[in-house]
Amino acid sequence: MSSLLDFEKPIAELEGKVKELRHLADGSDLDLGEEIARLEGRASKLLSSTYGKLTPWQKAQVARHADRPHFVDYVKALITDYTPLAGDRCFGDDHAILGGLGRFKGRAVVVMGHEKGRETEDRVHHNFGMARPEGYRKAVRLMKLAERFRLPVVTLVDTPGAHPGIRAEERGQAEAIARSIATCLELTVPIVSVIVGEGGSGGAIALATADRVLMLEHSIYSVISPEGCAAILWRSASQAETAAEALKMTAQDLLGLGLIDEIIVEPLGGAHRGRSTTIESVGNAIERHLEAMDGVAPADIRHRRREKYLHMGRELE
Amino acid sequence: MNWLTSYVRPRFQALVRSTGKTEVPENLWHQCPSCERMIFHRDLEGNQRVCPHCSHHMRVGPDYRFASLFDEGSWTRIELPKAPVDPLKFRDSKRYTDRLKEAQAKTKTQDALEAAHGRVGDLPAVIAVMNFDFMAGSMGAGLGEAFVTAARLAVLQEAAFIVVTSSGGARMQEGTVSLMQMARTTIAVEEVKEAGLPYIVILTDPTTGGVTASFAMLGDIHIAEPGAVIGFAGARVIEQTIRETLPEGFQKAEYLLEHGMVDMVVHRFELKETLARVLGLLREPLRGAEPAATTEPAADDFSVPTEAMADATDD
Ligand SMILES: [Zn+2]
Repeated sequence: MSSLLDFEKPIAELEGKVKELRHLADGSDLDLGEEIARLEGRASKLLSSTYGKLTPWQKAQVARHADRPHFVDYVKALITDYTPLAGDRCFGDDHAILGGLGRFKGRAVVVMGHEKGRETEDRVHHNFGMARPEGYRKAVRLMKLAERFRLPVVTLVDTPGAHPGIRAEERGQAEAIARSIATCLELTVPIVSVIVGEGGSGGAIALATADRVLMLEHSIYSVISPEGCAAILWRSASQAETAAEALKMTAQDLLGLGLIDEIIVEPLGGAHRGRSTTIESVGNAIERHLEAMDGVAPADIRHRRREKYLHMGRELE
Repeated sequence: MNWLTSYVRPRFQALVRSTGKTEVPENLWHQCPSCERMIFHRDLEGNQRVCPHCSHHMRVGPDYRFASLFDEGSWTRIELPKAPVDPLKFRDSKRYTDRLKEAQAKTKTQDALEAAHGRVGDLPAVIAVMNFDFMAGSMGAGLGEAFVTAARLAVLQEAAFIVVTSSGGARMQEGTVSLMQMARTTIAVEEVKEAGLPYIVILTDPTTGGVTASFAMLGDIHIAEPGAVIGFAGARVIEQTIRETLPEGFQKAEYLLEHGMVDMVVHRFELKETLARVLGLLREPLRGAEPAATTEPAADDFSVPTEAMADATDD
């Protein structure tokens, strides 16, 4: 793991010791098997106890972990015949939202999502997953393409939020997000959306107004980042941890509030410790939800999606 | 060898005419307009007329496109309607009618657009290709009518409509009549879309003016060939008007990709495969959906009855 979260350090220490002992045992006749097993046991226990009770703030760290699978990883593993499509036909091609045509488990789909990038240069190229108006307008174009050709839409959400900037405002950032949400609600083809990392505010719901919204176990979805919320309401960014609690931004909280439909379990220790397992689980969940909507009449798909959102927040359990 | 007749022979004849000599060996070599290196004609042919040195994509005509984009042996040329010519009785240094005749004699075709129907990736398709050799691929009433006819045939056959563009823009010699073709071709595009059929534009060098500003920018998918100049106003006109140096790569296909106007820049070698893949994805029926009311016509239904063609063009 290239980057270690603070609360993962004790686990990493134990794992480091195991590695050391292994190395020692390799080069000598010493029988360290028992000691290694003991330490391994402790490490995995610590891992499961840590990840079993992550605080919302810790989950925010995990959700933003650079080693979590990204849009490009999901596409590579789950989509064949991937044909990226580019541009808003207006101003530019946004690299924070990627998308195109492809085949998901045999069926033709339109797939799109935020890409944060991983290495420094890559992150700049993708603007850290913060889309400008062009990104949402590309998303709208692809959704309309899906509608025209009766293709289901799969979206993967992973963004700190929409890009804040002068030019983005001038080109109608808000209008672009609004139009994207509206288009999601107009479609008569199925939309399945998965929050795979960070679901940052308007920039997230622009792609996640869907028939089924699934969240990875340690992902977050919120109206504002905990840091932003703390700065505004607590007038101190250092209160981010408190804000994270208060915002109820975890998958578990949101399922409880009835705002999302399902939680996809992550491997022990988070998606960054088992990328291929995570991708597989996400793929299976998407497939299951798409299959459940096979054969539903187009008008019903749209009607049910609208009803679902209209119902939200009307009553609390 | 279509490219031989459409490219090499005229070039050869031009060379012979201009030099007054008949040096055959010279004709076997072409100079790449981009890197200026010499290419042996057989190498150029074997490389789909892409410069083997610098990958410059040289212009190719309708015959070449039909042969390279359709599934082998699956296509038939469409007979296109004759449109009234020279509405303005236009003449500059030459009569427009004479220019037309020259172009027709040079290209052995009626106007700057040709079309054929067949299959791409085993899916039905109508492909219309603009011919830059015919008065710089300019758009007048004849081209407009040909475009409408080809689009309506696509609707009739429930086929994808694919257009390969290369054009200097509207045909000045037809004045405002040529301008109206921007609207007429757009209606044809809308008809294809309203029928739920894919409309795919392949932008090749150069695509400019009124063609870009109408049917070339309305595709479901825009595919551009590398290095193709695509734009509205000519680079020289812009430079002279704004008195600024234009950015590097301005109006090139790659520049347009970055500016949101095209979906992809695809090398000529991969064009057919890309087209077939895109059509395959776009035309896959949604699972569990009611089968469409009209069934796909059988392969032998593809010959178009003449009455149908007349119907398609008359209303
Ligand atoms: Zn060259």
